[in-house]
Amino acid sequence: MSLALRQIRGVIRLELKKTFFARRGWWVYLLALAPIALTLFHSLVAARFQGYGRRGHAISGDTLLFAVLFQTYFLHLGIYFGCAGLFSNLFRTEMLEKTLHYYFLSPIRREWLVIGKYVSGLLVAGTLFAGSVSLSMYFVGRHQGAAWSAFLLDGPGLVQLAKYVMIALLAAIGYGAIFLIAGLYTRNPMIPAAAVWVWENLNPFLPSFLKKLSIIFYIKGLCPVSLPASAPTPISLLVVETDPISGHYAVPGLLLVGAAILVYGAYSARQAEISYGE
Amino acid sequence: MSERLVTFSDVSRFYGEVLGINRVNLAIPPGITSLVGPNGSGKTTLMNLMAGLIRPTRGEIRVLGISPGSPERLCQVLGYCAQFDAFPRGLTGYQFVYSFLRIRGLTEEECRKRTAAALQTVNLTDAAQRSVAAYSKGMRQRIKLAQAIAHDPQVVVLDEPLNGLDPMARAETIELLRAWGEEGRHVIVSSHILHEVDRISDQVILLSQGYVVAEGQIQGVRSEVKDQPMQILVRCDQPGKLASRLFQQDHVVEAKIHPDGKSILLRTTDADRFYLLLNRVVLDSGLEVESVAPADDDVNSVYQYLIGGEGGAV
Repeated sequence: MSLALRQIRGVIRLELKKTFFARRGWWVYLLALAPIALTLFHSLVAARFQGYGRRGHAISGDTLLFAVLFQTYFLHLGIYFGCAGLFSNLFRTEMLEKTLHYYFLSPIRREWLVIGKYVSGLLVAGTLFAGSVSLSMYFVGRHQGAAWSAFLLDGPGLVQLAKYVMIALLAAIGYGAIFLIAGLYTRNPMIPAAAVWVWENLNPFLPSFLKKLSIIFYIKGLCPVSLPASAPTPISLLVVETDPISGHYAVPGLLLVGAAILVYGAYSARQAEISYGE
Repeated sequence: MSERLVTFSDVSRFYGEVLGINRVNLAIPPGITSLVGPNGSGKTTLMNLMAGLIRPTRGEIRVLGISPGSPERLCQVLGYCAQFDAFPRGLTGYQFVYSFLRIRGLTEEECRKRTAAALQTVNLTDAAQRSVAAYSKGMRQRIKLAQAIAHDPQVVVLDEPLNGLDPMARAETIELLRAWGEEGRHVIVSSHILHEVDRISDQVILLSQGYVVAEGQIQGVRSEVKDQPMQILVRCDQPGKLASRLFQQDHVVEAKIHPDGKSILLRTTDADRFYLLLNRVVLDSGLEVESVAPADDDVNSVYQYLIGGEGGAV
């Protein structure tokens, strides 16, 4: 293994030790756990209704419900703010806790340091949100019993799940890069987080060329289940994409945007000094 | 030659409009070099510049020929124990040293060996598996030192390394610094504890308000301070007789006989003429001299002469 790879692995190893199950990130875990709890609750209530002899809804109802949950909660809240919490803290917390100099005093190119920290953030975000998406999708139709298992294992469910997980990972890649930079430049990451959130949610109303400067533009069109045009207004505002982009462009486009942001992050880290605000 | 030196060429560093250091020119040879100066004099700025944690506003720095702008090269040869008393959360002492060795790209086996050796060097082997957060101030200071030296650097920069150490640990650390200095490494130390700096330093750099006031071996620096008469302590059998001869000389400013009646402390503006005179007195009057020693060529005195105020206290 090359020196650079060994060093990146060293950074990831240390970051995972510090980031996974860190007490200060409890609310990120809460964001990932919330939809699991919600879908579990839904499943329990639906099973109870069926137990009373009432007719439950069809599998398509549950897939639609999950599509709404994914496009509203996961994309606009859970993954977004989860990434804000995880990635903006990769450098910011080191500055606040006055520990960044230990990294800067290691003979590692700052570019590799940025990549190591970013990948460790991706691993945590990926584990949390891919896990959350998978469990939520499992729970949302669990009350359907064998039919849901067949849908997931033998039907289109597995492909849908794989797509949702991929979209969650792509969102983490895009938002992660943005928030890593935000953590390098700002002391309070909630300010850029709020600003980017507003920008992302204004996306449907932006002119075509500005739309491309957002993460949501690339990932929305990849969702496997489209929401009906008759969805309630607040939801339709969040989920309707009037100018969708094909998956062939969306995935490389998003990866390119993520890479460009990361290159800028590496440059910023190269220029960074240790001052700790003293 | 510059490949063996730490050099500053016309280096200035400003924090906005606040001066950190200004127009510093230094060539630091191997051995123990102490940075001495009051708070805010620029010691930490100088160290941070050397380690590449901050960049100069102007000028050029080279550490054994390497620019601090290339941390991937610089940090192979440099270890820096900074003043910040902070550690990554949730790590034991062992994990702290080991993890940053892994970032260097060393193999697991090599990291294990070096971690064990570094912990042993600072006498923390027994506490290695305890969380750093539970360490005392002295232990935290030692684990920082272990982390800074674990990769066996050629240049060791230590910001107040004796702070918080108990007398035993302090003595051990001083011995360690001496050993490194004797091995031909650069050991660059800042300290407020001047009598200890005095004991260990091969050379000192005196800083005040961002400027280098003096540098070099302490005796050399002292001899350059012309406006302060040199103090010399002479132990002899007839201090009164010596005093009477000395008072006839224009270069002797003051002579005080010690209450024990066996020594005399004098202040002279020309030490060379005094030593010639002393030889003559010994030959002429049969004075028996037990010892002659400068009394103010230590860091503390030079500090007071050049910078003023109290020197260092523990």
